[in-house]
Amino acid sequence: MSVSRRTLLAAGAATLAAPAIVRAQSTSAPIRIGEINSYTAIPAFTLPYRMGWQLAVEQVNAAGGVLGRKLEVISHDDAGKPQDAVRLAGALLDETKVDVLAGGFLSNVGLAMSDVAKQRKRLFVASEPLTDALVWEQGHRYCYRLRPSTYMQVAMMVDDAVKLGAKRWVTVSPNYEYGQSLVKWFKLLMAQRQPGIEFVAEQWPALGRIDAGATVAALAQARPDAIFNGTFGPDLTNFVRQGNTRGLFEKRGVVSVLTGEPEYLEPLGDETPEGWIVTGWPVESVTDASNAGFIAAYRAKFGEMPKMGSVVGHATITAIAAGIAKSGSVETEAMADGFKGAKFATPFGEAYWRAQDNQGTLGTYVGRTAMKGGKGLMVDWRYVDGAKAMPTDEDVKKMRPA
Amino acid sequence: MDLIFLQLLTGLAGASTLFLVAAGLTVIFGVTRVVNFSHGSLYMLGAFIAWSLLSRLPREPEYFVLGVLGAAVATAAIGAVLEVVLLRRIYRAPELLQLLATFGVVLVVQDVALWIWGAVDLSLSRPRWLRGAVEIAGLRFPFYDLVLIVVGPAVLGGLLLLFHRTRWGLLVRAATQDRDMVAALGVDQRVLFTSVFALGAGLAGLGGALALPQGSANLNMDLSVIAEAFVVVVVGGMGSLGGAFLAALLIGVLQAFGIALVPKITLVLVFLVMAAVLVVRPHGLLGKPQAMARGEVEALAPIRQAGPALQLLGAVALVLAILAPFVAGPYLLSVLTEAAVAVLFAASLHVMMGPGGMASFGHAAWFGVGAYAAAFAAKGLGAEMAVGLLLAPFAAGGLALLVGAFVVRMSGVYLAMLTLAFAQIAWAVAFQWVEVTGGDNGVLGVWPDSWAADKPTMYWLALLLCVGGALVLRRALFAPFGFALRATRDSALRAEAIGLDAHRLRLAAFVLAGAGAGLSGAVFAYAKGSVFPTYMAIPHSVDALVMVLLGGVQTMAGPVVGAVTFTVLQSWLLMGDFWRIKLGLLIIALVLAFPTGIAGAAAAAWDRWRGRAA
Repeated sequence: MSVSRRTLLAAGAATLAAPAIVRAQSTSAPIRIGEINSYTAIPAFTLPYRMGWQLAVEQVNAAGGVLGRKLEVISHDDAGKPQDAVRLAGALLDETKVDVLAGGFLSNVGLAMSDVAKQRKRLFVASEPLTDALVWEQGHRYCYRLRPSTYMQVAMMVDDAVKLGAKRWVTVSPNYEYGQSLVKWFKLLMAQRQPGIEFVAEQWPALGRIDAGATVAALAQARPDAIFNGTFGPDLTNFVRQGNTRGLFEKRGVVSVLTGEPEYLEPLGDETPEGWIVTGWPVESVTDASNAGFIAAYRAKFGEMPKMGSVVGHATITAIAAGIAKSGSVETEAMADGFKGAKFATPFGEAYWRAQDNQGTLGTYVGRTAMKGGKGLMVDWRYVDGAKAMPTDEDVKKMRPA
Repeated sequence: MDLIFLQLLTGLAGASTLFLVAAGLTVIFGVTRVVNFSHGSLYMLGAFIAWSLLSRLPREPEYFVLGVLGAAVATAAIGAVLEVVLLRRIYRAPELLQLLATFGVVLVVQDVALWIWGAVDLSLSRPRWLRGAVEIAGLRFPFYDLVLIVVGPAVLGGLLLLFHRTRWGLLVRAATQDRDMVAALGVDQRVLFTSVFALGAGLAGLGGALALPQGSANLNMDLSVIAEAFVVVVVGGMGSLGGAFLAALLIGVLQAFGIALVPKITLVLVFLVMAAVLVVRPHGLLGKPQAMARGEVEALAPIRQAGPALQLLGAVALVLAILAPFVAGPYLLSVLTEAAVAVLFAASLHVMMGPGGMASFGHAAWFGVGAYAAAFAAKGLGAEMAVGLLLAPFAAGGLALLVGAFVVRMSGVYLAMLTLAFAQIAWAVAFQWVEVTGGDNGVLGVWPDSWAADKPTMYWLALLLCVGGALVLRRALFAPFGFALRATRDSALRAEAIGLDAHRLRLAAFVLAGAGAGLSGAVFAYAKGSVFPTYMAIPHSVDALVMVLLGGVQTMAGPVVGAVTFTVLQSWLLMGDFWRIKLGLLIIALVLAFPTGIAGAAAAAWDRWRGRAA
């Protein structure tokens, strides 16, 4: 039998490669989390988010890792496009051999990745996407989602909204699924709680291209008692400025989703409208141990105040670590079952993965906006546990495919 | 009545803002014929520079004016540098190549702005006078909006004076009519073009700076204004300042009243206006048919059949592609699958753009229609994959036939913009018709039949359909149809004289291109497992243009080379940091090195080597 040079080379390569394979299977190799997010498309949220998970990885590893193994995050930018996220998810699963997929900001990117997870039977932990479909209509056993969904964000504020006692409402929300879903739930939940409520006008600005003057004028024309707002980011800044100048918010209650998050509150600066009911995070006034510890560690590492994105990034890692620890393995089926009920620490306190729909119970803060020293902040706030802002289990069951 | 008056004022303020953005774009196009895709980036830079200046200056009105003008001047300087370093080198390149270069600039500026100003939106603290309102008919109207209402017409007046009452303006108008004649009379065209580009950039910067008090300087500004700026320019008639002003008025006022009546129309309103105007007036409100710059359109040499060497090269590439699954890993394979899809997507656009002479800014529409057709077949009808793949080209081609009837009557940038309008309308339908399309959450679970589920099979299928499709398109272009099509491009008049039906030929090319793109979209849908409105959004149309231009419009291999290069480059760079600036610089370098595209440059080099005159 003659041995060709090529066979020899191949054999040599195989011998060289073998230790790597052995190493990958040993228990000392790191657990790999493949993370995908819209780093270039949505930098205002995702850059603090990245710093958040970097901090968490460092902390988890300093504490000895998970199952005796270190965590390693391999992160990619999806450029805001679901098709790129799908390709990168494939790369992370096939080439990088990650144990868990995570990430996502935009709802459609999250859903695309969730669909890959379903098809490939691999675990995906969605961090930020807020669409309800992720755990309900399109939910499946391989997809978990951390943040409070659009339903939960609205449900957390309904109590305060009802207390306004306003009869004529108008809504303004960005013209895509997130905004539409917010308004749908708000109308539905308010109508249940406050019979006789009227929605007299709605505005649907295109995301990132609000014509604030015309939008404010159209809302004012409806002479509402109160306003529900779903815009955020640059649109919100434009909307608030036109609204302030034209007096739209005077003597009117405003319920506004996400506005209390530092990344969206900060640009409002000395024009922050006072007394809006918002969800967010009062980063400057929380003093409890877990918040304070997180903020101190974050500031020590990066030299700046954390944002909401930082919290989400941090909690994503701790939630995955806790899930893996409870599962006792990084085998997908074990994790798909084992994550259920796993408790994890977040900057906002302890949360867990719900068994009935794989939704995380990380909550958010509800409070009112105020201004101090030319800066916006949240006052009269309270933390609302995500577990308390959910529909009944029967309703969830109806929406979620078995 | 009072309310109507107030809405009208609101509309006028919006119109002024729109006009300021569009004025620079139309000035630049009128003279240099550059479709400046980076205009939005200059607008964004204007806002950021204004923030840097104004947040350091005292808050009195005079300093505000100073800061805004400072930002405009700084942006003008950036524009001048851009012109001297980049655009000046490629004026003689094929049409639309400058678009590719400015697309590279967009990518670079995005990363540079992030690096300089950070990710947080920057808002300017408004002094009292900027915040104030005027009481009109018992309602408050922002004082600053009144200022804007005045600034728009003032800028228009200033520009008209500049163009009609100064020697510089005279020369610029002369250059617009006939560049070579102006040059022959001893005018330094280069100075003229640089100054015009600087003026246009400065106007963009002015627009951005003036938008700052109404909101914030943020990293999404560039792409959020560019489409609307183009719409205003085209609706007004390209190069016409008065037209741009009229168009801005029309759109601003319609927007103010439109969203009060039909709130969900925000996504498409401007594109509906553009489609309506262009169907009635193919050159916009005040536009004239473009004066042909002398020597601009050189008679293009007919495309040759590939020589034996090139055919061999193509065959070798195809064999390598077929063998790829035996060596490539799963990730490389999914990139190659995307490259195969991109080949047909680009080749179909090339049918229109190259031999057809019709550039499209909305080619992704057909890709998307094909993808959605496949999704409906799979999810709605529960049909096998073959049905979806068959349905897609017919759905896209059929729709292209309807739209094409309006589109192919036009030419040049107007034609391109009308395709953009239809693409945006299709996109908005997919986006907003949630019950059927799933809205922006898309259609999920469009996975291939089990026999094609594994990666290599899916890849071979994609290769078969897409490369096969591209070869069919190629065959059509070397058939009498293709020669007739090129005849209508080079001289519609002479083509008609020898009995060719130009309208029908162009329409056939349009439908063929649509069907090809539709098939590529369907393959993509099955390869990705899901369909989203982003498939037919503007960036995807731009991708198609970039691929064709990168490869070379006037070669048959161009779109193939461009598609593979662009797909591989992008997916490779996306894995690392700062991919935008890298991709942008690479595109700029390629444009400068190969103005006729990669394949065009290769063909020229081959000809030189063979000692033949190119």
